[in-house]
Amino acid sequence: MELKEKLISSFWGLDSSVEVADHINDLRGVAIKIFEQSGFPSKKQEAWKYTSLNKIVNQDYSLESKSDKTIDFNQVKKYFLHDLDSYAIVFIDGVYSAHLSHTTHDGMDICLFSAALTKPKFRAIIENYFNKAASKDSMVSLNTAFASEGAFVHIPKHKAVEKPIQIIHFSTGHDSTMLLQPRNLIIADENSQVQIIERHQSLNSHPVFTNSVTEIFGERRSRIDYYKVQNDFEEASLIDHTFIKQEAESHCSVHTFSFGGKLIRNNLNFSQNGERIESTLKGITIIGEKQHVDHSTLVNHKAPNCESHQDYKGIFGDQSTGVFNGRIMVDQLAQKTNAFQSNNNILISDKATINTKPQLEIFADDVKCSHGCTVGQLDEDALFYMRTRGIPKKEAQGLLTYAFANNVLESVQIPELKQRINKLIANKLGVNIGFNL
Amino acid sequence: MSKYTEDDLREELKTKEYEYGFYTDIESDTIPIGLSEEVVKTISKKKGEPAWMTDWRLEAFRIWEVMKEPEWANVNYVKPDFQAISYYSAPNKKPKYNSLDEVDPELLATFKKLGISLDEQKKLSGVAMDVVIDSVSVATTFKKTLSEKGIIFCSISEAIQEHPELVKKYIGSVVPRTDNFYAALNSAVFSDGSFCYIPKGVKCPMELSTYFRINQAGTGQFERTLVIADKESYVSYLEGCTAPSRDENQLHAAVVELIALDEAEIKYSTVQNWYPGNAEGQGGVYNFVTKRGLCEKRAKISWTQVETGSAVTWKYPSCILKGDYSVGEFYSIAVTNNFQQADTGTKMIHLGKHTKSTIISKGISAGKSQNSYRGLVQISSRADQARNFSQCDSLLMGDECGAHTFPYIEVKNNTAKIEHEATTSKIGEDQIFYCNQRGIATEKAIALIVNGFSKEVLNKLPMEFAVEAQKLLEISLEGSVG
Repeated sequence: MELKEKLISSFWGLDSSVEVADHINDLRGVAIKIFEQSGFPSKKQEAWKYTSLNKIVNQDYSLESKSDKTIDFNQVKKYFLHDLDSYAIVFIDGVYSAHLSHTTHDGMDICLFSAALTKPKFRAIIENYFNKAASKDSMVSLNTAFASEGAFVHIPKHKAVEKPIQIIHFSTGHDSTMLLQPRNLIIADENSQVQIIERHQSLNSHPVFTNSVTEIFGERRSRIDYYKVQNDFEEASLIDHTFIKQEAESHCSVHTFSFGGKLIRNNLNFSQNGERIESTLKGITIIGEKQHVDHSTLVNHKAPNCESHQDYKGIFGDQSTGVFNGRIMVDQLAQKTNAFQSNNNILISDKATINTKPQLEIFADDVKCSHGCTVGQLDEDALFYMRTRGIPKKEAQGLLTYAFANNVLESVQIPELKQRINKLIANKLGVNIGFNL
Repeated sequence: MSKYTEDDLREELKTKEYEYGFYTDIESDTIPIGLSEEVVKTISKKKGEPAWMTDWRLEAFRIWEVMKEPEWANVNYVKPDFQAISYYSAPNKKPKYNSLDEVDPELLATFKKLGISLDEQKKLSGVAMDVVIDSVSVATTFKKTLSEKGIIFCSISEAIQEHPELVKKYIGSVVPRTDNFYAALNSAVFSDGSFCYIPKGVKCPMELSTYFRINQAGTGQFERTLVIADKESYVSYLEGCTAPSRDENQLHAAVVELIALDEAEIKYSTVQNWYPGNAEGQGGVYNFVTKRGLCEKRAKISWTQVETGSAVTWKYPSCILKGDYSVGEFYSIAVTNNFQQADTGTKMIHLGKHTKSTIISKGISAGKSQNSYRGLVQISSRADQARNFSQCDSLLMGDECGAHTFPYIEVKNNTAKIEHEATTSKIGEDQIFYCNQRGIATEKAIALIVNGFSKEVLNKLPMEFAVEAQKLLEISLEGSVG
């Protein structure tokens, strides 16, 4: 049976024992119909021109985890930012793991999406926010139809969360190949502040396919920093959709670090719905082998006096493929918009490919919008200079590459995370960076 | 001090009527509307074409029949009804002139209105013109000078008769009939166009130029241009268009093929000023053009275009950089006003090693127009040391227009160096203020700024054409070009 049919038939056979509000059921019904009509995206669609899902969707997946699994903390300790005091929401093969997590309802809600869906006290919030920012295309709808588990974060007015929140998805690969569909809902009320680290990690090289959707709502004057660390094994595929809806004077930044996985597609959509909003989108991609990373960003400027900054760096080795598809849309109302986008790429192997498509669609005249995009190599002169000073070639390449990617790290607000990413980059590049930044 | 502001300019642009909208009354030999195999055969027969050409057209027609109109471009328009167009019209009085005196006076008057009177051109600028009025070439000048050098410059129908071996070899070699919907249509029904062959080692002593005009109401124009520059030769080719005011939408689907053999250089410049429709967005020409050039070893093709007209423009002059060390260039100014829509750009396909390409695109949008740049830079895995620089700048005048950029960059080689930059802005108030401060009136200041904005491209136009280009720019943005 094709994956699409399997999904649809399993939707209608879904266990309805979990009570949810009627309107959620309606939403799901509509969503599955959208998916049924449009199916998996194909390369014929402009947005998926450079990324093919064929290989992934032609596999057989089990949709639910068969048994409860527990992982010993010591086994996965290294994936936590253990030197950092934090809240944690941990999932193993899509199932919540209570003993690894640290949630709270004290003054704010950092808990499970399933809890929010079912408990009456969250009903109003779910009704107001759930599926309100997400788009209605087929992969998102597929997630909406099955959305039942994930992280739920609700920060009330004037509250600054004192420590970061880690959302970690482990896949054990104990079962056969898994299809996971986590759904996160993050709401930062007026004047609140929160930092979130999301991580996808597979524990061995069994194939896993994750279709994740995150909705983030930044109310007036809220501050949200969201970090995505994607360091899966080579058999894991991830399609991530993040929708951010910002209100006036809010600041939101999303950093995406893609170092692993067979295929990663990041859809990152910002929607600015008030004045004086700042949005930051940054990313570092370092991949090799036959890996494929696709960043698809959209910043929709709908109101005047807003800013957006995009900075994506990519380093592509072996036979890897990088895709960057960045869109900036400026509505007629959004005068005085400042929108910047830059995408720099280095190809370090002659079989690597980069496809980049930075787009501007502008309907307002009093704006400053620019994008820049480069594809190039490491500077031969700089390499030579370092080698004359006794730095081995590999080290020199590593240093230069590190320097190339470094300015994306500058805006990371959590020192421990910065340190960790530094290490990951050094590992990826096979060099020892003996200094701390 | 004059109180001329950007608003005034906008107002003026809105009300500016197309100056060159007139209609020449020349009897035409038009065949019934509609398109079928019969029509294709009739066109071919009327032109007395050999059998291979008729078959080539019919094959193209069959390809066209199963193709669909492309919809990916960022433009909205009423699709033309291909069965409501007459596919052939030729001026009735078959002219064979040796001097200008024999030319239909009405025709000469037409050109005078455009300010490009033949005799003046002939005397002053030394430009040989292959004048095309409604598809059939009516006058060819300076043929003698050219033929002494061995240069062939004639209409494509003549070339089919007299140089079939060249036409047969190269037609459809760069833009195959299967390439796209409009290329297939053009291949099936092209009525006429220009043919140019520069022999080995010859530098063409003058700028070759043809003027296209759409004249007969409801007649689509399907031009076919084929330029072949043999090894180590050079040619600069100019193409300019103006069309009379019509309320119906006219379809223009031309195909231009350039072939630059080893170490040859072709410079192809276009000024396009088809009727853009009136201020309400009615009428205007649909300009769906396929232009492509092929570069062999160390060859160079340079496209320069000034696009001011047409209701809908859909045009991507491209370079296939096949030979090692070949060079492709693209310089473009696209001006849109009122309800005009332009989706234009280029494709640079790097296949050979050490290939270089440069793209400079300037978009100016005013009124309610939409101006898009859409370009592709593709570096194949064998194109070592390929180099590309692209710059796309947009200038917005008024808050109802749009400027869009859709660059596609595909790199499969790690020695490639690609740079792409795009900016969008309006005329800075501080810039205008600075000029005002120094006693330059706002009108002049805007003119200065717009001029400076497009200078990089205007400079690339051949001298003889620069004047013409400025004249045509004025129609779209009068008051801003000084």
